[in-house]
Order: sequence, then structure tokens, then C-alpha cells
Amino acid sequence: MAKKTLNIVESAYRAVMEEQDDTILWLLAAMQGAGAEHTVVLRGNAVNYAVASQGVPGLTIGKWKQTQAPKMDRDVLDLIEKRKIPVYVIAEDLADRGIERSELVPGVQLLSRMELPGLFTEFALVTHW
Amino acid sequence: MSKKTLTIALMDPPYESENLTTAFRILDIAARRGYDINVFAYEGASGLAFVRQMPHPNPVHGKDVAEENHPTTKDQVAAVLAAAEQNGGKVDWVNCGMCVDERGVNEFVPGTRRGSPADFHAFAEASDNVLVIPTK
Repeated sequence: MAKKTLNIVESAYRAVMEEQDDTILWLLAAMQGAGAEHTVVLRGNAVNYAVASQGVPGLTIGKWKQTQAPKMDRDVLDLIEKRKIPVYVIAEDLADRGIERSELVPGVQLLSRMELPGLFTEFALVTHW
Repeated sequence: MSKKTLTIALMDPPYESENLTTAFRILDIAARRGYDINVFAYEGASGLAFVRQMPHPNPVHGKDVAEENHPTTKDQVAAVLAAAEQNGGKVDWVNCGMCVDERGVNEFVPGTRRGSPADFHAFAEASDNVLVIPTK
């Protein structure tokens, strides 16, 4: 049985245009496919990944055009619905940014900063990205 | 208005930050305006024009190589060079020689070249303005 891993993702929108996704959410999705058992906590600026209907036009440089620009809400939904990876968002970090619960993709669970340490005890590994 | 010459120094490696997306947006506009552009690609940025970069599929997204159409910075460098030429400008893209040696990325997109800090000095002396986008 795989070790249960809690992944706290704080780095946000780093190289997402070049990679066309977030490298950590991508890594966790790929590892889940290999049999890992992950849970995700989005905190800090990464809480914005859970905001629904976000997107960005593809980059254009001269005649080169990007056709698969990143969509972070799609990738968070993919974790929850397809990969069955629980995704928590730190409530205070949402509030600090003026983001309402109603703006998030369905299936995201809210967690307070005070509750986060208690969650650690449920996991064999805790990683902070 | 006389033709402008702009120098940009880059430090970030490909696929690691949003700084390069910002830089390429600026380079694209400068190229479309027909500016003469100098680029000093230093440290990690010396890999931007490495010609062996390859696009890859994205199995998490369920897309093959063609569907994913993954960006490579070598293609973006080539696009900047082509856009500048098309609009009457020119690009002198210098890849720091010691930087490419230590990284093993010394095969460049055609139209870029190997150089040294002396090139950056000469660029700065001859430019209307200089923009440094450093690694933080």
C-alpha cells in the first residue's frame, strides 16, 4: 500500500506558460497514475488555482503561437474528479485575497490554518512545494 | 523618429519562471516595431537557444506531441529573429560562452552566437536603453 502523502503547494504560476500546467500538480497527477496516494493543500498564492473560469490567451511571438495555454482550474478539477485526489484550500488565504468560496471549482474543501497541523498526523509524508 | 536599439539581459533558465514569458513578450513587440535588439543570455538563459530542445506529449492531459504543441524556447528565439527581420530590424543574440560550456548547451539556434560579458558591455554602450531581467 502506498504511503499517504500530503502535498502543500504554495508556489504558484511559476513557468506555467512555458509548461502549460503547474509542474507540481502535474507531477502529483502523474504519480497518482503510478499508484501513489496524494492529497493536496493549496495555500498562499496557489489558492488562486482553484478559482473557476480562469484562463489566459496563448502567447504569440512573431509567427509562433501557443495553442494549449494553461488552465489551472481545469487541472484542479482533474485532480479531484479524475484522479480522486482530495484538494484543500486554506480559507484565510482565500479571504486575504478577496476570493469567495462560490468562486471556486466544485469539490474543493476549505481548511483553516489552525486545522492544517492536525491534518499532518494522517499522513506518512508531508511535502511543501 | 530614429531607429531604436534595445538591449535585454536575461538570466533565467527555460521552463523555470514567468520572467522569460515577460521577456519574450517585450522582445516580440520590439521585433514587430523593427527595433534593433541585442540579447545577452547569461547563466541559465544561455539555454534558451539550445537547439536540441524537443517538444513532448502530455500524458496527464491526454495529448500527444502534436496536440500538446509544447512550447520550446528555441522556437521562441527563432520567432523573435524572424519577426525582427520581417520588420526591418535585426537581433544580435549572444549566448554567454562559459555559461553554455558548463551546461553543455553549446549548439544554438541559427542566427544566435557565442559571446562574452564584453558583448554585454558593448551592447549597453551602443543602446538607447538596457533592460536587465535578473534571476531573483
